[in-house]
Amino acid sequence: MAEDTRKVIIELDNVKRDFQVGSEVVHALRGVSFKIYEGEFVTIMGTSGSGKSTLLNQLGCLDTPTSGEYYLDGISVRTMQRRQRARLRNRKIGFVFQNYNLLAKTTAVENVELPLMYNSEYTAKMRREAAEKALTAVGLADRMEHKSNQMSGGQMQRVAIARALVNNPVIILADEATGNLDTRTSFEVLVLFQKLHAEGRTIIFVTHNPEIAQYSSRNIVLRDGKIREDVENKNILSAAEALANLPAPQDD
Amino acid sequence: MNFINLLKIALKAIANNAFRSFLSMLGIIIGVGAVIIMMAIGQGSKNSIKDQISSMGSNMIMIRPGGNMFGGVRMDPSDMQTLKVEDYEAIVKNKYYVNYVSPEVTTSGQVIYGANNASTTMYGESAEYLDINSRVVAEGEMFSDDDIKKSSKVCVVGQTIVDNLFPNGGDPIGKTIRFKSIPFRIIGVLKAKGYNGMGMDQDDLILAPYSTVMKRLQAQTYFGSINCSALSEEYTDQAITELTGILRETHKIKEGAEDNFSIHSQQEIMETMDSTMNMVTLILVVAAGFSLLVAGIGIMNIMLVSVTERTKEIGLRMSVGASGLDICNQFLLESIMISVTGGAIGVGFGWLVSFAANTLLNFPAEVPLWSVVVSFIVCVIIGVGFGYFPARKAARMDPIEAIRYE
Repeated sequence: MAEDTRKVIIELDNVKRDFQVGSEVVHALRGVSFKIYEGEFVTIMGTSGSGKSTLLNQLGCLDTPTSGEYYLDGISVRTMQRRQRARLRNRKIGFVFQNYNLLAKTTAVENVELPLMYNSEYTAKMRREAAEKALTAVGLADRMEHKSNQMSGGQMQRVAIARALVNNPVIILADEATGNLDTRTSFEVLVLFQKLHAEGRTIIFVTHNPEIAQYSSRNIVLRDGKIREDVENKNILSAAEALANLPAPQDD
Repeated sequence: MNFINLLKIALKAIANNAFRSFLSMLGIIIGVGAVIIMMAIGQGSKNSIKDQISSMGSNMIMIRPGGNMFGGVRMDPSDMQTLKVEDYEAIVKNKYYVNYVSPEVTTSGQVIYGANNASTTMYGESAEYLDINSRVVAEGEMFSDDDIKKSSKVCVVGQTIVDNLFPNGGDPIGKTIRFKSIPFRIIGVLKAKGYNGMGMDQDDLILAPYSTVMKRLQAQTYFGSINCSALSEEYTDQAITELTGILRETHKIKEGAEDNFSIHSQQEIMETMDSTMNMVTLILVVAAGFSLLVAGIGIMNIMLVSVTERTKEIGLRMSVGASGLDICNQFLLESIMISVTGGAIGVGFGWLVSFAANTLLNFPAEVPLWSVVVSFIVCVIIGVGFGYFPARKAARMDPIEAIRYE
């Protein structure tokens, strides 16, 4: 991959992250290096305690490395202040969380508009248009004015994905995005991620579920704060096919 | 983030917790309402007292025997007898800034006509009493200087006396009534003036020549007081200086010695009244203000709960790009809106109560405009002051922990 000409979205160079717990120093990340290119669908796997969450926080600019360098879209994050990182998250990153994290008593379209509220370049009209476009892209064109408590888990997660798309980020960071969903809905969400991947989006999907790796283009396995495995998936399975092969839902 | 977005977010948050927001507003509503009502009562009573005093004649000057007393000074009884006929005559002779002069001797007692009697006060005066006190004789006439010279047993009565002594109607003029068993012939009836603001019936009086009251009723040689009026309100100070000069001369008071009389103007009384009322109003407003402080603490309490409860929301907002300042502003605006909305309702509530008191209970209450402005400013200060601590707490949250908060 040395002669790779694709655009580098994320570059980690020997990233270490230590935490002070009482008198002990916990090494959550012990020197992690990798590059993620534009258009990749990467799963990051690892058991709990593997440093997975810490890595996600690094990638999401929620935290800064103790040492090493992290470049997001060519910008060094390590020395950034809180405020600058907030801005970077707002412009470059789309988050999808395990428990959706939608605002209560708020309509789908308002939820999706949220990131753009913190971007003064967007007027109310532009915001609304962008949110409607994103909701249409996740197949919720008919659910715009539904409030979060009027939707199913799958719908809520799709609203969350629309929210991650609305600022046109360079990277979508999904944290156990199917963790709270049943098998069928999980596949529906995976279909959506594969569709976004096909459209050229760069996606990082953090999970402890090895099954999901089969539907991504690359799989990074983390253990004890180090990369144990980093392989490209030559044989990407189609989530749509898997969904079709699921037994029909029983009415019981 | 721009202000309109912030406003939308804050409004939404308040609407989502409408009942709770209303409860925390309630403290402010009651507090501001109480302050407004207190200010309205203070202002209203002040104005009504002012009106009454000036209706008595704002250029009135009162001379009383005895010097100004401070603290527990022992007083010589002779000090109460310092105002004599010579003083009155000297004032009448030398006055320049003083317009009208009337000595006054009062005595209370029973007045009888036929089978009817009433308790009242007789005022021994000069004819200029009418000019000083803005009174008019409606029927008959005022006693003359000749009556004073002769100490005639004539009198002018107020309407209440007429009502009490002549309950079956009939012309009181020319009738002879007895006051403390001395017969007085009624020669005039004063035009009714009604009650004054302190609830005193201004028509329950009998006017008689001062000489008659002094010689025939009281057997005394001194006046209770001398009332004057200045040429106009502006000349009050000059008139007081003039009167002081005249009286010091007739009393032969040496330079440097203290006056054995005291002079007060209506204006001065009005000013004293004003500052007393201001003090009372201030005390009332401060007491009501404490409830605002309590309300502010209530808002802080609710905001702290709200911040904890919405930790996840704060984490989400931070993840999608809200800076600490954005979060701080959001919560600050929320608390400001609660307190200002509460304040607005409180002003309305206070105004309504004042208005009702005014129209239904005839209680003098006027909401001064500045109190509304001050209330609003205070509400903003409360919002910022008590919202800052919770807002800062929200702004300092770590997004990583906040987003995973359960």
